Amino acid sequence: MSSDAHAANSHEMPFWQKYIFSQDHKIIGIQYGITALFFLLFGFFLMLLMRWQLAFPGQELPLIGKWFGEANMPGGVMLPEFYNQLGAMHGTIMVFLGVVPLAVGAFGNYVVPLQIGAPDMAFPKLNMASYWAFFLGGVVMLASFFVPGGAANSGWTSYPPLANIATAGQTWWLVGMVLLITSSLLGSVNTITTIFQLRAPGLSFFRLPFFVWAQLVTGFLLLLAFPPLEAAGVMQLMDRIFHTSFFMPSGLMVSGQPLAISGGGSVLLWQHLFWFLAHPEVYVLILPAMGIVTEIIVNNTRKPLNGYRLMVYSLIFLGFMSFIVWAHHMFLTGMGTAISAFFQATTMIISIPSVVILSYLFLTLWGGSIRYNTPMLFSLAFLPMFGIGGLTGLPLGLSASDIPLHDTYYVIAHFHYIVAPGTIFALFAGIYFWFPKATGRKMNEFLGNLHFWPSLVCMNVIFMPMFIQGLVGVSRRLYDGGASYDFAQGVLHLNKLSTYGAWGLAIAQIPFIINFFGSIFKGEKVTSRNPWEATTLEWEAPNIPGHGNFDHELKVYRGPYEYSVPGAAKDFSPQASEKI
Amino acid sequence: MSTGEIPYIVKPRADTGLYNAKLGIWLFLASEVMLFGALFSSYILLRVGATDWPRGASILSVPLGALNTTFLITSSLTIILSWIALRMKDLPKFKIYMGVTILLALAFLGIKAYEYSLKFQHHLFPSKSTFMAVYFTLTGLHACHIIGGVIVNSYLWGPGSRMWKTDPERFTNRIEIAGLYWHFVDLVWLFLFPVLYLL
Repeated sequence: MSSDAHAANSHEMPFWQKYIFSQDHKIIGIQYGITALFFLLFGFFLMLLMRWQLAFPGQELPLIGKWFGEANMPGGVMLPEFYNQLGAMHGTIMVFLGVVPLAVGAFGNYVVPLQIGAPDMAFPKLNMASYWAFFLGGVVMLASFFVPGGAANSGWTSYPPLANIATAGQTWWLVGMVLLITSSLLGSVNTITTIFQLRAPGLSFFRLPFFVWAQLVTGFLLLLAFPPLEAAGVMQLMDRIFHTSFFMPSGLMVSGQPLAISGGGSVLLWQHLFWFLAHPEVYVLILPAMGIVTEIIVNNTRKPLNGYRLMVYSLIFLGFMSFIVWAHHMFLTGMGTAISAFFQATTMIISIPSVVILSYLFLTLWGGSIRYNTPMLFSLAFLPMFGIGGLTGLPLGLSASDIPLHDTYYVIAHFHYIVAPGTIFALFAGIYFWFPKATGRKMNEFLGNLHFWPSLVCMNVIFMPMFIQGLVGVSRRLYDGGASYDFAQGVLHLNKLSTYGAWGLAIAQIPFIINFFGSIFKGEKVTSRNPWEATTLEWEAPNIPGHGNFDHELKVYRGPYEYSVPGAAKDFSPQASEKI
Repeated sequence: MSTGEIPYIVKPRADTGLYNAKLGIWLFLASEVMLFGALFSSYILLRVGATDWPRGASILSVPLGALNTTFLITSSLTIILSWIALRMKDLPKFKIYMGVTILLALAFLGIKAYEYSLKFQHHLFPSKSTFMAVYFTLTGLHACHIIGGVIVNSYLWGPGSRMWKTDPERFTNRIEIAGLYWHFVDLVWLFLFPVLYLL
């Protein structure tokens, strides 16, 4: 009853208050989702431009090449400076404005309160502030393309001293990052508090769905790993604006001239601070994806999750270990064999919990009566794709084999296997899976298949050749894709293959875009609150939940994955129903 | 839990023993520890790697720093007293103690600004040396935290205190939260003062 009253209240609010400056976690989640999908598309578009240059170096980009102006692409031919901007901004946008906001901002916001039976996030105003800080950060990043010298062009890692002496775009990048960090800080405080404080009666920690656990650990990673990057960002801003020398060593020469600085800074300091964030960030990218995939796989195998507790312990262990592996990104810096040995040991250890989680997901499939719907297809594809990405990471975690592979296309292939056909597939799966809850309609299965199968093929066509290029030794930062190097001649043709794959991937997203927007208005209406016959609490809420989420009192009686319980009336036993 | 309302805004939840904002502020402070922790680590790394490093006392004024330290320690005490006053249902006393807290913070900022101006007069800018860069970055960031605290405390002293009439328990909680933050800011200074002025 009272939620009806709340729903009525929210209808009385003016449009801008209900949908623009909303404090409702579901609206904010959708705002995050739409914004992040836009940035994913934008980041992908930057990549398509780069792939043209890599496959056809120095050739004029037909049709649209002239739109980018004389400063970037005179006569439609890309300049190296512009290529560098595209590279730096592709990474930044995909990680900080695309994948993380979609995984944490959108799914975390929309699904977590529903899954724990809460009426909203603990701090609705903070939630709104978090979204708008993120939005502003995105605007700053986009605007940086139009400042003199263009956007940041020192790689997404912004290593000094190059980043310190780069064009004005780097300052914009830093300001944008400070806003994005603020946003994720507010968001993580909110998520953690919500999970601790707003669980429905009876929902103890070991009855939480795995997705909520994943968001909880992710929240702690964001909370504790991002501030050191903020500190580093402040110091780089000081270096750039007030000409301090935090990251500038003595005796630095630029264009043959000694720089007029006090010197005495440390270049490696930035790398330590950056990777202290950026390695946990890798787990911020992957843990929510594991959470989504777990929900969907368990639901569609109609079996309990194998090893729920051990998976949770692995997750916590992963989160903890992710803070002490960062320097495996720095084996090449010559920091010493003792330190390298420590970090390669921790890196080997951290692979164990990932393998535990992945193995249990595979085991859960065993003997299940699997439903092959679109979310399940994406989740199933996640497993081997993440597996390839993870296993190819092992040689990078060992100092001896990392040194020849460092900064080659092998690295690109490795982490893209984790993030692109890994995390992004999981995010697609989540969109297909929770779409009925958010809109009351299902997405089209045929278009879903048309989205999934070509995407799966194209992802592999793009990234598999990069392993080969990397093993040959082609550096990831070459503007011509290696054409000017003798040793790369034998693998240059693979650049074209990857580019064709990227075009295919772009085309494969069209069915998704049609499906996504079409299904909001024309999708098949779901008649039940629980169209997937799932067990967790979000399916107790009405479809398109109103303000306050639930229309009846919730009490939790059992764990999250009680499927096919012997003697039960149905093959699923919802957490909130007393009878099995 | 009645549907629709966010629970534990005022009353603590039985199994965690916390109300929402208290957990929130502790989490926020944890992230602040990481922020200043990274900056202090950077200081250590830069100092260890430096060929020569000035003694803080030879550049900075220890008496002014010590005076500021006493201001902040006293303000930490008065903000607790203001919270206790509310627990004793004494709003006028709260106003006095919170007012003193704000004034002490402003005095701190005044002295800090005076110290900065002395440095600028002697052309000691952040770009002068790594020591000056560390000094200005750390104390500047700390001063930003003080300013944030002053704004929040002034709001709670002034317009925010109207909540006392409508929801005294929640208002008391707010003062507790503000106090936790304020103690943290003081604590940072208690590290900054010896590290920058004395070592």
